[in-house]
Amino acid sequence: MSKTARVLLWTALGAGFAVLYFPLLVVLLNSVNADTTFGWPPKSFTLEWWGRAVTSEGALHALWTSVLVGLAATAIALLLGTMAAFALQRYRFFGRNSVSLLIVLPIALPGIVTGIALNNAFRTILGVDLGVATVIIAHATFCIVVVFNNVVARLRRLGGNLEEASMDLGANGLTTFRLVTFPMLRSALLAGGLLAFALSFDEIIVTTFTLGSGMETLPIWIYNNLFRPNQAPVVNVVAAVLIVVSTVPVYLAQRLSGGESASGGRI
Amino acid sequence: MTAVSTPSDRVSAYFHRKPRLRLGLLLGAPMLWLGLAYLVALGALFVTAFWSTDVFTGNVVTDWSLDNFVTLFSDSVYHTITLRTVGIALLVTVIDAVIAFPMAFAMAKLASPRAQRILVIAVMTPLWASYLVKAYAWRTLLSGNGVLNWLLSPFGGTGPGYGITATVITLCYLWLPYMILPIYAGLERLPDSLVDASGDLGARSPRTFRSVILPLAFPAIVAGSIFTFSLSLGDYIAVKIVGGTSQMLGNVVYDNIGAAGNLPFAATVGLVPVVIMLVYLAAVRRTGALNNL
Repeated sequence: MSKTARVLLWTALGAGFAVLYFPLLVVLLNSVNADTTFGWPPKSFTLEWWGRAVTSEGALHALWTSVLVGLAATAIALLLGTMAAFALQRYRFFGRNSVSLLIVLPIALPGIVTGIALNNAFRTILGVDLGVATVIIAHATFCIVVVFNNVVARLRRLGGNLEEASMDLGANGLTTFRLVTFPMLRSALLAGGLLAFALSFDEIIVTTFTLGSGMETLPIWIYNNLFRPNQAPVVNVVAAVLIVVSTVPVYLAQRLSGGESASGGRI
Repeated sequence: MTAVSTPSDRVSAYFHRKPRLRLGLLLGAPMLWLGLAYLVALGALFVTAFWSTDVFTGNVVTDWSLDNFVTLFSDSVYHTITLRTVGIALLVTVIDAVIAFPMAFAMAKLASPRAQRILVIAVMTPLWASYLVKAYAWRTLLSGNGVLNWLLSPFGGTGPGYGITATVITLCYLWLPYMILPIYAGLERLPDSLVDASGDLGARSPRTFRSVILPLAFPAIVAGSIFTFSLSLGDYIAVKIVGGTSQMLGNVVYDNIGAAGNLPFAATVGLVPVVIMLVYLAAVRRTGALNNL
């Protein structure tokens, strides 16, 4: 490759990353910008917004709802995703491709379709009131694929040799699972669980259509307060915290899965 | 074998002899969940699209009719919104592909293996930063006294403000990592020897790019486009945050569920992105892109 081409490609990469990170840096800076309308460049800095954010009852309540929903959806996704991963990785059966398509479908179709389909099913067909339970069901549905991807990647890499050895040495199926298979899967499960939680924590479109009225997850709280001028600085602090906190699951999942499939559900 | 047989042994042995039963137990719960919670819901959405709403009570009436479809196809407002939504989704997809390709190429072919790992994490981190935070970041960037106007003012320029341009910029930004990662994965698999062979046979860089790299990377680009296209097609929040008064299909669905309370019509409109996506998936099936997801 010519030298010019190399220089151009490196420049494109650098510029691309600058664009990816610049808006996030501005949000971080704005969280200490003393100007309530975020006039640029900032004339002075303050920590007042941070103080107001940590005592904001609405935000804290929404945070709690988000954590509750995320934990419940992750637990369901861990169980169902792992079962599906074992079935598809260890068995060959009729309709296997359709099953894997069905697992991917909830995130391959636009979020609004998933959202309105579930909203309609709960309200019109089942006649159930929307609440925390309905949003947990919705989130679990699209989180399954994240766990599934991580566990499938690990099972594919492991093969079955160690389990066969364990059985040859006289351990039964349950003992083999407990002492051999599960320990080897543990980090993949943790990575999948972290990413499923992160996906649930960030989800807004499906949540809008499946959460009961008067309830708020953190993204919904942000959205509801986005257009209230006097709340803008507090929203900005919450946004800044989310940017910093969101790096944790990505980093941990990448470490735990060894880069097998830590990019999450969509990829 | 040992003569001692614990209950756990007997259970294991029983399941060991019956692989179909094991498969059934493993597959049963996930399929039941996805079948009930998702497939039935999708089916019900399709059915509801043919129902209507009582004008006085606002309740859903299960009378079958094509009225919703007639409204959707005859009202020029919905033509405009559908065309705008598809146009935005296509534009976002093309722009992202153009920006992502050189980035992914540099990552896959120029960076060292150690740098590759770091760069992949660097692409993924903004992907996991909250959707809303990123859309919101662009709202402050694009605002009247925001960073963009400040940056452009020395050159006598101004930012686009809120509107369709702002929506396209924001969506491009939001989905860019979803395009970079599949293209990177595709290019990483592309053997260097093919590029070298092309050069040895006398092809210059542009020719090698056009005749060797692009055809081989195409399925990966299409794989990325499925995400950027689908995600843009269903979006209604970015356009609310930075789009000014313009609307997309998602907004029509949202407004009909919330304020207007016309769930059947929302269902009808919701089928539009489903149909467009299914057509799109069928069209790209031949490229083998679906195996790249």
